[in-house]
Amino acid sequence: MAAVEGFGQRAARPWLSPLNQRRWQNFKANRRGYWSLWIFLVLFVLSMFAEFVANDRPILAFYKGELLVPALIDYPEEKFGGFYAVTDYRDPVISDEIEANGWLLWPPVRYSYRSVNNEIPEAAPSKPSWMFTKEERCQRYPLGVDDPNCTIGNWNWLGTDDQARDVLARVIYGFRVSVLFGLILTLGSAVIGVSSGAVQGYFGGMTDLIFQRIIEIWSSIPVLYLLLIIAAILPPGFFILLGIMLLFSWVSFVGIVRAEFLRARNFEYVNAARALGVPNRTIMFRHLLPNAMVATLTFLPFILNGSITTLTSLDFLGFGLPPGSASLGELLKQGQRNLNAPWLGFSGFIVMSLMLSLLIFIGEATRDAFDPRKTFK
Amino acid sequence: MSAAPLLSVRDLSVAFSQGGRTTAAVDHISFDIAKGETVALVGESGSGKSVSALSVLKLLPYPPASHPSGQILFHGNDLLAQGENELRKVRGNKITMIFQEPMTSLNPLHTIEQQIVEILALHQGMGDRQARARTLELLNEVGIREPQKRLQAYPHQLSGGQRQRVMIAMALANEPELLIADEPTTALDVTVQAQILELLAGLKARKGMSMLFITHDLGIVRKIADRVCVMTNGKIVETGPTKEIFDNPKHDYTRHLLAAEPKGQPPVADTSAKTVMSGEGVKVWFPIKQGFFRRIVDHVKAVDGIDVTVRAGQTLGVVGESGSGKTTLGLALARMISSEGKIHFNGRDIDRLSFNEMRPLRRELQIVFQDPFGSLSPRMSIAEIIEEGLKIHEPKLSEEERDRRVVDVLKEVGLDPETRFRYPHEFSGGQRQRIAIARAMVLNPRFVMLDEPTSALDMSVQAQVVDLLRDLQVRHDLAYLFISHDLKVIRALANEVIVMRNGKIVEFGPAKQIFEAPKSDYTRALISAAFKIETAPTGIVSE
Repeated sequence: MAAVEGFGQRAARPWLSPLNQRRWQNFKANRRGYWSLWIFLVLFVLSMFAEFVANDRPILAFYKGELLVPALIDYPEEKFGGFYAVTDYRDPVISDEIEANGWLLWPPVRYSYRSVNNEIPEAAPSKPSWMFTKEERCQRYPLGVDDPNCTIGNWNWLGTDDQARDVLARVIYGFRVSVLFGLILTLGSAVIGVSSGAVQGYFGGMTDLIFQRIIEIWSSIPVLYLLLIIAAILPPGFFILLGIMLLFSWVSFVGIVRAEFLRARNFEYVNAARALGVPNRTIMFRHLLPNAMVATLTFLPFILNGSITTLTSLDFLGFGLPPGSASLGELLKQGQRNLNAPWLGFSGFIVMSLMLSLLIFIGEATRDAFDPRKTFK
Repeated sequence: MSAAPLLSVRDLSVAFSQGGRTTAAVDHISFDIAKGETVALVGESGSGKSVSALSVLKLLPYPPASHPSGQILFHGNDLLAQGENELRKVRGNKITMIFQEPMTSLNPLHTIEQQIVEILALHQGMGDRQARARTLELLNEVGIREPQKRLQAYPHQLSGGQRQRVMIAMALANEPELLIADEPTTALDVTVQAQILELLAGLKARKGMSMLFITHDLGIVRKIADRVCVMTNGKIVETGPTKEIFDNPKHDYTRHLLAAEPKGQPPVADTSAKTVMSGEGVKVWFPIKQGFFRRIVDHVKAVDGIDVTVRAGQTLGVVGESGSGKTTLGLALARMISSEGKIHFNGRDIDRLSFNEMRPLRRELQIVFQDPFGSLSPRMSIAEIIEEGLKIHEPKLSEEERDRRVVDVLKEVGLDPETRFRYPHEFSGGQRQRIAIARAMVLNPRFVMLDEPTSALDMSVQAQVVDLLRDLQVRHDLAYLFISHDLKVIRALANEVIVMRNGKIVEFGPAKQIFEAPKSDYTRALISAAFKIETAPTGIVSE
């Protein structure tokens, strides 16, 4: 920081403190982790906008002088001369009607995770579209090869599953669900686990002793059986699963944070703050938490991966998300049931392993970044 | 010198490279050590003296470290050019080292016997029985009493001085020709330091070894060294026989070092000054609990019934060896730990106040800690560190006013206010201690407890900090409780002194009287160890 700050005013400091700049340099020095971060971010942002990438509704439609956004808004079919409450834009009657009075802008993949392809060339599960000739691919369309709907947008790039749903669309939505589930679960557990570890480590003594015993009892509850029992009572759903998992996953943070606080609570600068009369809560937040954050951040990606794997295995066993939801675990189960359709298993496997590897690589780079002894030549 | 020197360092440089930048730690130094000679490398922290010593045995972390130039000739062989295998035959055998911190140099999981026997078995291939006998002999030689009982002891069961003796025994095990001692007494009490230095001098004379002695303490150099090399910024600026250097220093830096003793007069004792802080029968007992029900069987009496009075504008010095309870006394008076006995502050009884009730009083009752590296949060800028207290005690201050107070106090402690947005790691030890003092002073306290504020600093910086503290005291009529084991600093600052041992007061009186006519043997031993580096008869001080 060579810049001379103006007198009496808080001159702009660099966006990152020197310490964080060094960490960012260390992170970047791990090329694999750095590239993984970018790839993951691109995939994650794309999947966040999955409705605009793979959907059974057009992104935009222009109908009788009116600009419509079917991807975001439900328009009743009456609008286009039909009678259902929800418009099925894949229905040739509707799409022809709109095309005749305006235009349609479709996403690159014209399937959502739950839309069924009625024109698959063979019995479901059907092979990826690029494995058929054009004649085979279009044989179920009313006009055959000449049908305007037999386009690349209606391809099943990764084939369909045994209910004739597009695998690519399911994978995109499944990725989003898995990552979001993992992120929310990890952040939630971090908040609970870090606070609990902080209190135990900072106050120590009896508080620590009692909470540690409670945690030992708590963590010896078999989570899987509990899930089975709860699944029998409550309807399984994203938030119910999240809640149950959250009840148990925060425990893994307590150990490291508690250890950091136990170590740091007798640091001289903590004593100095105490001597200034700084209240306990402020000391914990301002002086101790930054110490524990390093250990927590290093731990975070591995917890994230663990959460994703848990969700997938629950889905695989059938105790996870409700039937019909986009889930990688369910895709893997289909792959296991339909060994004659290897694209199911392969798609699930590749997406899972790509996602987990990317996260682990990012985690390794994070660990490097926060390692004060790490030197790069 | 007619004979070829035992060790000859020629044109040695050491460089460290990190992140593409290369810093020279040692810059073309040369010195010789003849057989039976003690050479002292003297310099302040960061001068490159330890790095020079470590490169003799190639103990630096390579690759970040490298030697762009130089030779280290031992018996005419260049150690820098030799491979790891040949070096291993020299290390711990012909050249051995003792380090500063005896606690971390010994493996905490092995007994003393295992650690010494290991060396004997490794380098001399001795059998168990023979090695054991030799171990006993060595422990006797380094002055450990009843060595048979100590063989099975673990490092934590020994005192600091005993641990350093064990380290020396390990270093001597193979009858080395050269002993490198890297600040071997810095972590020890002055009384123990005197004992260890006497031991080293005796051993050297008896065994005819050479010694390379690294230290920042010129008192020790005068006592032990034959020749001195003065180092600063990686260069040797002056070399010569000890007497010549001390009597007739040629280089400015040597003169600066020699003049760096804390000077000045303490405030004049004035018993009519207002009492700011006083304690009556202050006791801090830590219970020793045993058994399943954690019954209290005994107490560690860290502070055992002490009366103190600190007056405005005056300094009460508390001296004693480590473990004498002097810091505990200070913490008890500042109500940082629980204690028994009456404590008055500003005419109020504060010994029963809770932490929250104490908070408003903390403003006038400040503490400066020993370690300027540990007492500043590494993640906060200097301004944030200093204004933390203001935010609590004067929450109504506007941001500009707070900033002005920070700027004022930084000027007062002699730091450039422009540096207040930097982080602690960008400052030297002395500057950091000034920041720690600024943090206490910004609240305008009336009483400051100074817990060894100069111990972690270089000698010349110590003198500056002592001057600063004295100035602040005069300007703000502050009451100081100054805790230190360094009698030189105490003499320059305190007008009254308490000598403590095992939680009790050994002697108490005006500083002049304590230093000039000490009454107790213990005080006398402390003073002669500190000023003349002389040992006391057995039994008076700890070992």
